[in-house]
This record gives sequence, C-alpha cells and structure tokens, in this order.
Amino acid sequence: MPVATNTILMCAGGGCISSGEESCLSALEKAIDKYNLNNIVQIVETGCMGMCDAGPLMVIYPEGVHYQQLVAEDMEKIVSEHLLKGRIVEDKLLENPETEVRTQNPYDDHPFFTRQVKIATRNMGVIDPLKIDEYIAHDGYFALQKALEMTPEEVIQILKKSGLRGRGGAGFPTWLKWDLTKKVEGEEKYVLCNADEGDPGAFMDRSILEGDPHSVLEAMAIAGYAIGANKGYIYIRAEYPLAIERLKEGIKQAKELGLFGENIMDSGFSFDIEIRMGAGAFVCGEETALIESIEGKRGQPRVKPPFPAQKGVWDKPTLNNNVETYANIPPIITKGADWFSSIGTETSKGTKVFCLTGKVKNTGLVEVPMGITLKEVVFDIGGGIPDGKQYKAVQTGGPSGGCIPADHLDTPIDYETLQDLGTMMGSGGMIVMDEDTCMVDVAKYFLDFSVEESCGKCVPCREGNRVMFDILERITEGEGQEGDIETLETLGKSIMDTSLCGLGQSSPQPVISTIHYFREEYEAHIKEGRCPAKVCKPLVRYVVDKEKCVGCTACARVCPVNAIEGDVKKPHEIDPEICTRCGSCIEVCRFDAISRVSP
Amino acid sequence: MVSDKEMQKVEEIVNGVVNDDSLEEGDVLINCLHKIQDHFINFVPVEAAEKVAGMLDMPESSVYEVLTFYTMFSVENRGKYVIRVCNSLPCHVTGGRDILAALKKELKVDFNQTTEDGLFTLEKTGCLGLCGVSPVIMINEEFYGNLTEEKVIDIINKIRNEESGS
Repeated sequence: MPVATNTILMCAGGGCISSGEESCLSALEKAIDKYNLNNIVQIVETGCMGMCDAGPLMVIYPEGVHYQQLVAEDMEKIVSEHLLKGRIVEDKLLENPETEVRTQNPYDDHPFFTRQVKIATRNMGVIDPLKIDEYIAHDGYFALQKALEMTPEEVIQILKKSGLRGRGGAGFPTWLKWDLTKKVEGEEKYVLCNADEGDPGAFMDRSILEGDPHSVLEAMAIAGYAIGANKGYIYIRAEYPLAIERLKEGIKQAKELGLFGENIMDSGFSFDIEIRMGAGAFVCGEETALIESIEGKRGQPRVKPPFPAQKGVWDKPTLNNNVETYANIPPIITKGADWFSSIGTETSKGTKVFCLTGKVKNTGLVEVPMGITLKEVVFDIGGGIPDGKQYKAVQTGGPSGGCIPADHLDTPIDYETLQDLGTMMGSGGMIVMDEDTCMVDVAKYFLDFSVEESCGKCVPCREGNRVMFDILERITEGEGQEGDIETLETLGKSIMDTSLCGLGQSSPQPVISTIHYFREEYEAHIKEGRCPAKVCKPLVRYVVDKEKCVGCTACARVCPVNAIEGDVKKPHEIDPEICTRCGSCIEVCRFDAISRVSP
Repeated sequence: MVSDKEMQKVEEIVNGVVNDDSLEEGDVLINCLHKIQDHFINFVPVEAAEKVAGMLDMPESSVYEVLTFYTMFSVENRGKYVIRVCNSLPCHVTGGRDILAALKKELKVDFNQTTEDGLFTLEKTGCLGLCGVSPVIMINEEFYGNLTEEKVIDIINKIRNEESGS
C-alpha cells in the first residue's frame, strides 16, 4: 500500500460541522478523485481545532498549512493548486492580527494558538477521535497501564500532589473526592462522568468528548481502579448526538482491545462503562439530580448529606467528576504531579479550558494556564472587541456566575480571584460583552434561564427567582420603582441562603453581580427612564437627524407600521407613539441619519 | 388515536428495552420513552405512555412525571421537523433575537406551536454548546451555525422544497 504523502486534517468539531464542514469534505473527496490523488492523500476528520469562528478549518501536512473559512467551492482550487502544484492558496490563509500578514502555520505565530497550553485538549484537532490507534499513538492508555502497576493509594497520592481541582465549577480538590469515595465501605461502587454540560456559553465538555473521547474513558477506568469500582456511567445530554456517537464507538474499540472489560491488562481489575442520556434538563448537571436521572426518575436534587461518595447511584458510593477534570488525569499520571503543578498559580494548578464567545473577534475554545489575566484572554487570544466597540464586561460561571468589568481586566484568573470578584470559574464559559449590551437585560436573561430550568422542588428557587424576574422585567420596560434594587438584593440573598442545591443557591448571582458593578445602569432605568446601552425597547426612541436626512423615503417605505412621515427630498420624522422600535429604518438609511436615543 | 399496529410496535420497543441486559432496572423507563419518541417522530402519544406504565408495572403518574419533566419529551404531536432555537446568552448577544423573530414571522407560530402544514414545531432550548458559531439552531439532529435572518429563511425553504418534492 502506498504511503500517503499528504495528510489533510479536517476539523469535524460541532462548530465546523454546523458551518458546512460536511459539504467541504465531500467536495474535497470529489476533487481528489478527479485528479486521481487517492493514493497519496489521506483525509482525517479530527475533533475541534478551537477557532470556531474561522471554521470550517483544514490543515494540510507535511507543511502544516492552515486554511480557514472554507466553502465547498474552494476545494477544487486547494487540490489543484496546493496538492498538485505545491502552491499555497493565499486568500484562504488565516491573517495574523498583529502583523496583518496571512500566516501559513498559525500554531507558530498566531496569538490565538501560541498563548495556549494544551493538556485537557491535547489531542483535539490532532487525532481522529474514531480511531483508538491514534489515541494510543499519542501515549493513550499508557496512564491506565501505569496506574494498574501502582496501588490505588499511590494513584490518589499523585493526584493530591498535582493539585488538580474539579473543573466543573466549584473547584473541589479531585484527590479528596477520590479518597473519600475509596474509604467508604462497600462492595459495589460507581464512577460517574458528568457530561450534562448546560451552562450557557460553555462547550468544552462537548468538544472534548467529540474530539478525544478516549481521554475521558481512560481516566474513568483509572478512577475505577483507584476507588474500587467496576462500573462507570457517562451521563450526557441528548442534545449532543455527535459526542454520544463518538463515545459509543470509543467504548466499543476499547473493549475490542481488552482495555475495558474483564481483567484489564492481566491486572485482575475489571471495568465497564455505559452511556446514559439526559433529555433536556439543566438541573441534571447538579450531581444528585444527575443520579436521580440515571435511576430513571425526575432529575430533582437530593438533600445533602448523604453525599454521593456515601450514597450515590442505587445508594452505592459514587465518584462523580466532570469531563474536563477527567481529561486532565492521564497526562498527570504519565508525566507526573510535579510537571502538572509547575503550571498555574499557588492555589489553582494546571490549565483551564475556556469557551470564548460573544462580542469578541476570535471565538472558540482555548486552554490557558491558570493565572493568565482576563486581558490576555480577551484581547491577545480573543483579538479584542470587533467593530471598534468598547469592552464592557465578561460574564463567567454562566447562570451561577457574574460579570467582570474593565477595571478588573488585569486580574490573574484562578478559582479564588474570580470568587473575590463576585463570580466563579464555573465550567469555563466566557461571554464577552461590548458597550451595546445592557446589563439589566443580561441579568434578566440569566434569571429567565433559572426560572425556566428550576426543577421546582424547593420554594426559594422556584418562587423567588420568578419574583426577581418580574421585577427585572418591570425595570427593562421602564416601570421600575424606587426600592426595586434593594428588593432584588435582599431577595437574592435569601434565595442564596435557603435553596436546596448549588444551582438554586447561585441563581441570583448574575443579578447581584451586575448590581454591584453597574448599579448606575439599574438606576438610570428606574429613575431616569433611560437605558444607557439603548437596548430596552420601551426606553429607546428613534429619531431622524434633519441635517443628514435627504428625504429619500427609504425608511418610510420599510417601516412596517407607517410611523415615518415626510415629503420626498424633505427631512422625515418618526412618530414615537406609533413606532415599534423594530430598527428596520436604521438598517435601510444610507445617510446615517437615523439614530437610537434614550433620553 | 394510535392504531393497533402502532401499539404492537410500542410493545416491541418496550420488550426490547426490558430485555436489554446492559440496562439497569431504573434505566428502562427513560430509554423506552426515547425510543418510542423516535418511533412516533418527535412525540410520545398518551396511549403509548399508558402502555409503558402497564408493561413496566408502574403507576401512570410516575411515567407522566418523567415524561413532562424533561424538555426533550413531548406528549403533543410535534411537526416532522422540530426547530430548537438556542436561547442562551452568547446567541442572544450575537443576534439570536433577530433569528428568532425571523423564524416566528416566517413560520407564523410562537414557541411550542406547530405550523399548519405539520412540518415545523418551534421550541426553545438551553445552550447547544456551539457558541463559537452563534447564533445557532438545531433542526432535529442537525445543527446550523453563524446564522443570519436570510440564512435561516433559506434553510426553512430548502426543507419545504425537499418535502414538497418528495
């Protein structure tokens, strides 16, 4: 069989697939067929390469040339130029924002890639997630082998020395969880993987499972060995069909090679993993709700204690970790605790995967060392705010977190510093917001989410969030009342103090945090009837600049409610009583004569 | 009404799940419901849910409780294509509102309603985890990202054309 001289990696992460990877792939295959290059070109579909907004992405080896924002029509040219003639297709290369030069290999000189340190995402975008051989070729399952040669205590000691903390939100020391579960008496124990990722703006778990499923499977087997469990469950959202498919294939292949099943590598240790699907309930990301759901019930949280380590699935001792936490474990075992703990800050070791989204130039998945500043993430890696707008805040921690305004951009990121700022690490969503974002609207948005997703078991969360939402809605509609801010604060505090589970306890956080940093914006809505970001429709008016308006009538024609009047070639006027603030007129005006104002 | 033939199919599905050795006792219900929903294309008829309760020897209320807790299950007949619009903040701040408005206008339905032709049902969903290419929607098991108002209308029309052609 001839050896392929060119290998093409196509990013088949969820982001690239949804922006057209499949049609590119079939066009590529056709073009390769047409030029009869089948024998020398090998195509590999990998997991997420990280830079989702530039997708679909492709890398051609041996040169390692990156092409971006591909469409099916580009494929013919790439094959005939690059593969046949060895000429780079310049206009499909990624531009380096610092030098404004198009770069062939951004891994070497594009800040989005060079600033990253990849541990949990080490194989993503590099290997074919559907081939266990490729995972093994990148040191896969070596950690399991090494662990099986140690005692369970030794494995836990390595984790302890490494300083790894849970990546799902709260940052509980991973070794301690393992140690607690190990020490509970019991014949049967279970290992769980929480893949019910549901925080708005977080997709690292999805990407890891799609791009490198074995890293999680291997770590679960190691966990099973360390705590004395022979069975693992991965609880995953049904909204992630691709991840489910790749996990299933991964489990099948590992079983065929004897890496799962009875007597793994002749160690006497047996381990099996099964997949359990959720059916669309955010609260199932809470560990006890997740356990209820695995047992086939409504996913409502249990009262703790007893903790899952004591009574988890089927009332047996259960260890539950998040996807990203597991993905960190194999390299810690193979490379050692000292290597891992040399990265990061005093209290938070290693790296964190963040999902950079919202109003930022480069959106996607980035893995950075703990202790990096927010500024570096948003401006160096993320490329800053698009369209020349101003940075306003970053939201971290999803519906349990808060906002970080511009004054704190230099804060090094770790579990503690974020908590001090009134937010939390959470699962790692980082939603960037620019000057056009209304913070009251954002807070309302998250509360809407919490109201919708509240499981309904405890009153503070079910009823309290509803009341808070109603107040916020009133404020954004211009009917805020004196004292509303204070009510939000006291009510928020009671919900935090009295809710049953972690999700309820943190649900008012987005409101508390935005009041803390953007109180004047709340006051502007309530006292002055003004939305400074000009987002809240009832507080915004559309006006025509008479100097600029030439009377072209474009706006009057597009207005769906006939709120604009004026004669041809004479300045027009908008009747605020009729206007529905749909914004159509601004879009059609070619003279920049219409603007939004908030009094 | 669900035909006898369909009820027989439900029975087969439930028996298949019950006899699947890889499942624990507690996994059976949610698995049955997923499979029945797949069979009926997007919903679980009440008669089928009653059948499940009978076969698994559980109270009907227990089945109903689970069925209505999870947003992915529906007891209402939904369209052939369920459009799930991502309702989370990254999509919201990058133009998701306009996509939603365009969809509502084009389909002439609100959330949880089905179009007159029975083709589309519009629903909200929590974060789909594709924020890198927001705004995003999911139609059955397919995802569509980097949407604009024009793109989303194109997608709808494409499906309509495929359907009227077939």
